[in-house]
Amino acid sequence: MDLFEYQAKQLFAAHGVPVGLGEVADTPEQARAVAERIGGVTVVKAQVKAGGRGKAGGVKVAKTPAEAYEHAKAILGMDIKGHTVHRVLVDPGAQIEEEYYFSFLLDRSNRTFLAMASAEGGMEIEELAVQRPDALARVPIDATVGVDLAKATEILTQANFPAEVIASTADTVVKLWETFVQQDATLVEINPLARVASGDVLALDGKVSLDENANFRQAGNEDLEDKDAADPLEAKAKEKHLNYVKLDGEVGIIGNGAGLVMSTLDVVAYAGEAHGGVKPANFLDIGGGASAEVMANGLDIILGDPSVKSVFVNVFGGITSCDAVANGIVTALGMLGAAATKPLVVRLDGNNVEEGRRILNEAAHPLVTQADTMDDGADKAAQLAHSAN
Amino acid sequence: MAIFLTADSKVIVQGMTGSEGMKHTRRMLASGTTIVGGVNPRKAGETVDVDGTNVPVFGTVADAIEKTGADVSVLFVPPPFTKAAMIEAIDAEIPLAVVITEGVPVHDSTEAWAYNVAKGSKTRIIGPNCPGLISPGLSNAGIIPANITGPGKIGLVSKSGTLTYQMMFELRDLGFSTAIGIGGDPVIGTTHIDALAAFEADPETAAIVMIGEIGGDAEERAAAYIAEHVTKPVVGYVAGFTAPEGKTMGHAGAIVSGSSGTAEAKKQALEAAGVQVGKTPSETARLMRQVLSA
Repeated sequence: MDLFEYQAKQLFAAHGVPVGLGEVADTPEQARAVAERIGGVTVVKAQVKAGGRGKAGGVKVAKTPAEAYEHAKAILGMDIKGHTVHRVLVDPGAQIEEEYYFSFLLDRSNRTFLAMASAEGGMEIEELAVQRPDALARVPIDATVGVDLAKATEILTQANFPAEVIASTADTVVKLWETFVQQDATLVEINPLARVASGDVLALDGKVSLDENANFRQAGNEDLEDKDAADPLEAKAKEKHLNYVKLDGEVGIIGNGAGLVMSTLDVVAYAGEAHGGVKPANFLDIGGGASAEVMANGLDIILGDPSVKSVFVNVFGGITSCDAVANGIVTALGMLGAAATKPLVVRLDGNNVEEGRRILNEAAHPLVTQADTMDDGADKAAQLAHSAN
Repeated sequence: MAIFLTADSKVIVQGMTGSEGMKHTRRMLASGTTIVGGVNPRKAGETVDVDGTNVPVFGTVADAIEKTGADVSVLFVPPPFTKAAMIEAIDAEIPLAVVITEGVPVHDSTEAWAYNVAKGSKTRIIGPNCPGLISPGLSNAGIIPANITGPGKIGLVSKSGTLTYQMMFELRDLGFSTAIGIGGDPVIGTTHIDALAAFEADPETAAIVMIGEIGGDAEERAAAYIAEHVTKPVVGYVAGFTAPEGKTMGHAGAIVSGSSGTAEAKKQALEAAGVQVGKTPSETARLMRQVLSA
């Protein structure tokens, strides 16, 4: 889960990382009030989970509260790389003397944590990594040891931070490491980490990604979720604990196991090439224990998507047994009754497949067609979606 | 022969007495696995009757190894306790730990991995969030259904569980030496490369199917390894060609951001290493048949 800048900086502040942080505003009036409270120069910043806000005009300096009002009015509602701005952060203005870069992240290729640091901050890190690779220090962190002041000093020295800021910044780096570990983050990034006129080194921007697998021990994560942004069908699926992602096609997909469902999306998209270019409408993984209830919930969500014209249920019974899946489909269609109006193509294989197919044959539901293979099922479902268009 | 798991493997189950652990202990036993014990400190000394087989429960992995000579542990321990169970298995220096648990925080798996490295990497870790591995006809450590296919000459390594099953099913008439699901989490123990190296060295494996999916660069790295070190034919499949960028689809690892990590990039890297890549599971199976009949 990626956080907004203001959430990231609030987390930093809670862990003692020095930040330049004002308050958020949802309206121009609120932005003006915040700017009045802060006093002096402020910066109005679009809160979207996308890079390049500055270039897009989403970050503006305001000399007065009236200017903060005008900037907020212009920025709120703006579209930045497909994200609509619903909120701005009004930060105190800072007289920046120097800009640096610092992050801790998960380095999955090397199965370790990594510190990345540069005395040349300000630009996008991807850009820096390409244009000035020597200026970016990459230091692996032993997860069993962590980061103390000595390690922090080592990283900053390696990254050529100026001697006069190393001592105070090392303390900040240790606190950033604590944020990374204690919040179960996969990324904590400060860009820029800036030396301001007072001599202090502050986080002026922040990026944080949190590991949702750790939600069981991170009680605060739920409040950090951006519930407004979720697609309504995705939100409904989440409530039912279904792993669902809305896409923009016409063939609804239900399968078991993330890999098989992803593969099903591909096979349906290929099949669609011969049937008017229809595409998968969603990703939905009903997981291992596909009970009748789970199947009913899944079908309910997919059939609630108006762009869905046909549904392909592709299940390989490994742990799941096909008779349970077949019963799930029959029960789900019974529960949905007249609400179920779109044709279903069902491909079952694996554990107890004969019984599963027999159950579907016997139920002889007018909407259900069986397919012998995944390819065959994808083709039938694509064809049905195309002819319904 | 097979890799990592043979007829001689003696398997213990950490978390055996939980519902998932019990269900799969039953299935592993039924498929011929030699299960020599379970581990649960609160039930140490008890014996559990699993469909007529009496399985002793030990207090620790170390105790189980000492009493039974176990060399494989399969972990069905819930996420909050998985790291501790992995550390226990590593401390006991069990040669193979198969971590089935889904939903382990990545800080925990990274710390457990670092701990294993610090201890001299005496334990091969598979997973977490994986279906385990099966050497058909010999032994089965994890949750891969044993009735899909039998022994044969194909080695399979995959991030995804159900795609492993699908591919075993597509090639069920040919059979497998060993099929390994390495798991889809961002940090996993055994990689595609580890499995490729072991299949290359295994005289019973004639050809290898490698299944990947979007996200990360494991497939690209495997491609580089294949070009250098693998002489046996490798057929590849990558799921997620049509996945939109920036969306996570189930596996934490299956996220695409930017151009690297896309299915197309992985396919190109594999093809550049001489690997034939199928567009679908069925096409991949056809390519494997061609390879084996050549």
